[in-house]
Amino acid sequence: MRTAAGLTALALALGAAARNQAAPKADTGSGLAAFETVRKVFQHPRCQNCHIPGDAPLQFDDGRTHGQNVKRGPDGQGAAGLPCATCHQSRNPPASYGANMPPGAPNWHLPPARTPMVFIALTPGQLCATIKDPARTGGKDLPAMLDHVANDQLVGWGWDPGAGRAPVPVPRAELTAAFRTWMDAGAPCPTR
Amino acid sequence: MDVPEDMPLLWVLRDVLSLTGTKFGCGMAQCGACTVHIGDGPVRSCVLPVSAVGDRAVTTIEGLSAGAVHPVQQAWIDEDVVQCGYCQPGQVMAAAALLKAKAQPTDADIDAALSANLCRCGTYQRIRAAVHRAAGQTGGRS
Repeated sequence: MRTAAGLTALALALGAAARNQAAPKADTGSGLAAFETVRKVFQHPRCQNCHIPGDAPLQFDDGRTHGQNVKRGPDGQGAAGLPCATCHQSRNPPASYGANMPPGAPNWHLPPARTPMVFIALTPGQLCATIKDPARTGGKDLPAMLDHVANDQLVGWGWDPGAGRAPVPVPRAELTAAFRTWMDAGAPCPTR
Repeated sequence: MDVPEDMPLLWVLRDVLSLTGTKFGCGMAQCGACTVHIGDGPVRSCVLPVSAVGDRAVTTIEGLSAGAVHPVQQAWIDEDVVQCGYCQPGQVMAAAALLKAKAQPTDADIDAALSANLCRCGTYQRIRAAVHRAAGQTGGRS
């Protein structure tokens, strides 16, 4: 009886292994290739200008320090008395206002100071580690990050940045697919 | 009001409602002369389409207090802040918004909140002192 039970357990274990093999994850190579698409977007000026290590956001494609001594503030909503919403409304100004007006999107803000979710000036490996670490993403795990990438309205502004700004060069659907591919491959990180 | 929905709030205030206390400076939210409050927060009225205001309350310098007795306005008088005066409605509105957000600001708080309000007369030191005075603080002069 004991032998029969042992064989049954072994068979169950082999069956589970076989099921895992029947649904293989995307391979590491394709995951790393997908991550490069993610990196390209996350380190585009439309994204990284607010994902900064210091207290002053950046602006324009050359990433110069934001004018007017603008600060992140403790919660990412700007300084007391000068919230981001002073100039950044819930949508871009009308095109008739001209180029380089303060852009707008719902909930314009930076990551909070305690979890700044830095994207800028990181190697691909460092960026990858940041994205995978909830302590650095405001508690977002990878599915939450995928939702952020796919659905957040402020993130979506990167593809509709208003007159005078280059949009993110990768379509949002392509970014979302790449992020999912990377996740499904086990979220491998580049070594460099 | 029968105005185009993309008309900047500043134009509505000045040209339609004749509330000319709020000033035009740069027209692109760079100088702060056009600052008003929507709710308790400061907003640059030169880049805000009037349609975006919705049913929210707008307070201009004319409405900050009856008889210019708001603590910030009184402090501005006591500190003799004003030179040419053009930027001052925006400065006062920005200072009032700061004190709503932080009743006891430090010099750094004042600098962070008011650096986006430009004064070509260079009254910044007196502005800082006046904000401290309005907050009931002493020793703010530098």
